[in-house]
Amino acid sequence: MCKSDLDKKYLLKLYVTGDTPRSDRAISNLKELCEENFPNNYKIIIINVLKQPDIAEKEKIIVTPTLIKESPLPQVRIIGDLSDIKTVLIGLGISSRKHDIFSE
Amino acid sequence: MPEENIQKLKTGIPGFDLISEGGLPIGRTTLVVGSAGCGKTVFSCQFLIEGIKRGETGVYVTFEESPTNIRKNMRGFGWDIAKLEEEGKWYFVDASPEPGKNAYISGDYDLSPLLARIQYAIDKVKATRVSMDSLGAIFSYIPDKAQIRDDLFIIVSALRDVNSTAILTSERNQEYGSISAHGVEEYVADNVIILRNVLIEEKRRRTLEILKYRGSSHQQGEFPFTILTDRGFVTIPLSAMASEDRDSSTIRISSGNLELDEMCGGGFYRDSIILASGATGTGKTLLSTQFISAGIQNNERCIYFAFEENRHQLMRNARGWGMDYTQAEKEGMLKILFRYPESTRLENHLIRMQEAIQEFKPHRVVIDSLTALEKVATFNGFREFIASLNATVRGQGMTGLYTATAPTLLGGSSVTESHISTSTDSIILLRYVEVYGEVKRGLAVIKMRGSKHDKQIREFIIDDKGMHIGKSFRNVIGILSGNPTYVDQDEVNRLNDLFPDEA
Repeated sequence: MCKSDLDKKYLLKLYVTGDTPRSDRAISNLKELCEENFPNNYKIIIINVLKQPDIAEKEKIIVTPTLIKESPLPQVRIIGDLSDIKTVLIGLGISSRKHDIFSE
Repeated sequence: MPEENIQKLKTGIPGFDLISEGGLPIGRTTLVVGSAGCGKTVFSCQFLIEGIKRGETGVYVTFEESPTNIRKNMRGFGWDIAKLEEEGKWYFVDASPEPGKNAYISGDYDLSPLLARIQYAIDKVKATRVSMDSLGAIFSYIPDKAQIRDDLFIIVSALRDVNSTAILTSERNQEYGSISAHGVEEYVADNVIILRNVLIEEKRRRTLEILKYRGSSHQQGEFPFTILTDRGFVTIPLSAMASEDRDSSTIRISSGNLELDEMCGGGFYRDSIILASGATGTGKTLLSTQFISAGIQNNERCIYFAFEENRHQLMRNARGWGMDYTQAEKEGMLKILFRYPESTRLENHLIRMQEAIQEFKPHRVVIDSLTALEKVATFNGFREFIASLNATVRGQGMTGLYTATAPTLLGGSSVTESHISTSTDSIILLRYVEVYGEVKRGLAVIKMRGSKHDKQIREFIIDDKGMHIGKSFRNVIGILSGNPTYVDQDEVNRLNDLFPDEA
């Protein structure tokens, strides 16, 4: 595991649809993961697409939960309830191993 | 559940409302499937466009092409989508994939934002129509089919709740076979329409079939359609044609040739269709010219669809027989339309011809010749062409004269003839007759629906005044079979004595 940009803060936007078990699961999975890997160095914004469908339109959100890593760049999208932590870490650029979901 | 008739929404897509007996069921989702390039996107765009023309509004959900591309592609049909968006009549929900931005997948997810966005869009423009095109693309970046299916169910029922009439398009891999490529879509929609684009004898044939219309009636089978640059999607309803059950006319009109009128028992019936068949040079175009000439003299408007000779040739020929087409066109009594048969597909010819007929409202219609048109069509396509054209001509009480060219000089029947002879009211045969080293011309009326007619094969000559029909070939047999034989006068007399009534 290589923590590359310690000085740069992680800006993470999590899009969810309402107050569902799946949304809750995604939120708690994300928080847990952030605390474990880059404590105090992240910001999570939770966006409810039911309340803000125009933002969902602008960001072209088709499925929820969708996590978008806004910074550090490049922007990355991760969909699902984030229960597969390994994939999330790869997506966030924390795990060094190159991993493509379609190569499975 | 109370029995309730399903209300239908007139789509405005030409011909489709007849085939579907009223349009698309209101508040339901109709699946439109077809292989690549069959016209799904045009159909789904036009569904919204026609709605907007009727004062409705629409939401377009695109899964495949970007809104920018759609705006650009549809400009070709004269549809200014950007302007409609500004006016708040059209709203895009962009669910198209962004190249190079594949998401990582970690755990469960659902498509609920899509529904939220659609609902937001519907609410924003107060949409009554929704098009979703093309679903197949979503499977490529969301691998979970079962999830997509569940979410589609939710979207479809949500659309039903807000009474939106929707189209959902999807791909299929073959023209005949399983309904959709992913096997999911057809379970979601109440109605299924299949668009086909089949290659037959090196010619493309596009058809539309309503496969399933839950709880609602519709026309069965495949209906040809075409996509025109100025009108978009046009379906050609055949059996569903609005047939006015009008009385057959007993009014006779002149063929332009007194002798021929006599042979037909006093002229053609006004709302009849006459087929003139003969080898090249037997006088079919002359017959057409005389037919038009008589119409103009009688103050009837005429339309001439030429597929073999161009305007100038026709005008020159007519002038040779003392008929001034140029003057008649100036006065608005005549319209000559020349097109190369190969210039477009038969369906397009048909639509253009029907348009011209609707616009010009002629009393007489000439098509010279059907054989030229037949060459560019498939067997079924030609049959449908004739059926649809006849309905237009007959349905409005016009008289139609079609010509067909026989492939051989002597005798023989053309393929065209065998296709359409049952759908015409009268058939006139023009034949070359070889008698003692001389080629003469013969004419026979072999069918005259609803009337007595002359049964003899008569000789005719063509001079600078036109056609002159004379006596019958009483001494020649085998003209129709293309094998004329001269017989002795005594033998003719003997035969006449045998069948006194037939003479």
